[in-house]
Amino acid sequence: MAKGIDEPLLRLEGVHTHIGPYHILHGVYCEVPNGELTMLLGRNGAGKTTMLRTIMGLWRASSGSIHFDGRDITALPSPDIARSGIAYVPEAMAIFSDLTVRENIVLAARNGPVHSSRLDWMFGLFPALKRFWNLPAGHLSGGQKQMLAIARAIAEPRRLLLVDEPTKGLAPVMIHSMIEAFRALKAAGETILLVEQNFHAASQLGDNVIVMDDGLIVHSGAMSDLVADKALQQRLLGLSLDSHQ
Amino acid sequence: MSNAAAEPIETSLPRARIDWIPLILVPVLAIATLPLVGNVSAWVTLTVAGLAMGMMIFLMASGLTLVFGLMDIINFGHGVFISLGAYATLLVLGPLAGWASADSIGLNLALLVLCIAAAMGLTAVVGVVFERVIVRPVYGNHLKQILVTMGGLIVAEQAIHAIWGASPIPVPVPETLRGAFVIGDIVMERYRVVAIGIGLLVFFAMQVLLNRTRIGLLIRAGVENPEMVEALGYRIRRLFVSVFVAGSALAGLGGVMWAFYRQTLTAGMGMEVMVLVFIVIIIGGLGSVGGCFVGSVLVALMANYVGFLAPKLALVSNILVMALVLIWRPQGLFPVARR
Repeated sequence: MAKGIDEPLLRLEGVHTHIGPYHILHGVYCEVPNGELTMLLGRNGAGKTTMLRTIMGLWRASSGSIHFDGRDITALPSPDIARSGIAYVPEAMAIFSDLTVRENIVLAARNGPVHSSRLDWMFGLFPALKRFWNLPAGHLSGGQKQMLAIARAIAEPRRLLLVDEPTKGLAPVMIHSMIEAFRALKAAGETILLVEQNFHAASQLGDNVIVMDDGLIVHSGAMSDLVADKALQQRLLGLSLDSHQ
Repeated sequence: MSNAAAEPIETSLPRARIDWIPLILVPVLAIATLPLVGNVSAWVTLTVAGLAMGMMIFLMASGLTLVFGLMDIINFGHGVFISLGAYATLLVLGPLAGWASADSIGLNLALLVLCIAAAMGLTAVVGVVFERVIVRPVYGNHLKQILVTMGGLIVAEQAIHAIWGASPIPVPVPETLRGAFVIGDIVMERYRVVAIGIGLLVFFAMQVLLNRTRIGLLIRAGVENPEMVEALGYRIRRLFVSVFVAGSALAGLGGVMWAFYRQTLTAGMGMEVMVLVFIVIIIGGLGSVGGCFVGSVLVALMANYVGFLAPKLALVSNILVMALVLIWRPQGLFPVARR
């Protein structure tokens, strides 16, 4: 069956996730449009990380369905989900500290050596990686580790990037670098679902926004609408963009 | 694809550090004991014997440290593979007894290679079954792992009794590997020199595999964060089984070397050496092959030196080394990042 032009790349329908005795996602419905950057916002404990991990198959959806590129991936194991074209950058970055920067990238490129033009593009986004190419990744600073984690996700072309709080704990100058990198990724046509606590950063990047609370999607729409509507910001996030300037 | 990110503020180039201190421990220990032994030839003999024993312990322990590091499995049944490897020599020595007694280094080494091949093949096959039947149902539960793998060990020992009998079986060292090289006053047993050679060969082969191949990259990454390896698109279960089988085969290889060293087979010989095996993988740092190598040599040298200088302390020397190392470095000599 041919996909419609406006069909989203990723669609979650009524997804519930339990972790042990805890019911975390309570029926999530949302869509991620192709070729756009969608921000996933919400307070701590809202279920953002659980949603990304459930999409990735690292935690299993107890009910509901997840469709990626028209295909049901709900029951697929994580490696198959990754192979279908989804890359995941966890909040803890999860770089391999004992491996060099080069080895981290080599491992992420499942289909053989990284093409030199892609490598140059990655070095353009994250120049530090070139300088520290042969050093153990554990020796990098927090910001550099985050860059490596994202570079690993784009070592090969992917259909969708899931990125969990990339600016968390970073110095302001690094946050600026990260925002610039995501702007470049967006300009390159990547589809990104980005969890972010920093609303100021989120408002600069997002085409669309999804807001979660208590394991449910409480708002979704264009980022520009949320930025323009202070009352809505206040109601959904308990803040206004002005306070983050 | 533009050059988007500004150069990060961190401009200081971190230097790749090699942790030399644990590596220096072995030569420091050896040199420090020279004046205590007081006799160069005795010291060389002790050192060669210690190195040989260290290599054999490394062969037996290296598989377990990988299994522990990658799969987080406490396999008390690892001794089964050492015993089985040792008994596999009988499969070769039976039909080729003449090769063992032949005064030909070629035939003797060929016999040793065949014994190693038989042992690694048998233990690899048993490893597949052991992982599937005994280990897989208890992933993630350490207490059950200890109980179930212990149970597997007991069953396997009894199976060895049933197949080969309960009596100890003598194993002849191939003719040209008996005796010793004598250089002046220095005496080095030939078999121990061969054991050192095989141990070093396996160690360097493992280093090449782990550091120069994609499968090695996967193993090292899996030891650190198996979930992320899966999220990158690799099927970690397959890697688990492969490493478990390789670890079992390495234990089989160690079992062959240990059998010729002891020149006697008993079903419990694997279990008997497991205390040493656990000590060296704890000293080395769980999951670290390099640490396992250094730990094995350190423990074996210490046992030999202490056995010569203060025989009454020989039994506690290994525990003492472990205690001192853990006081100094609680995660072992070469801690693996995840642990």
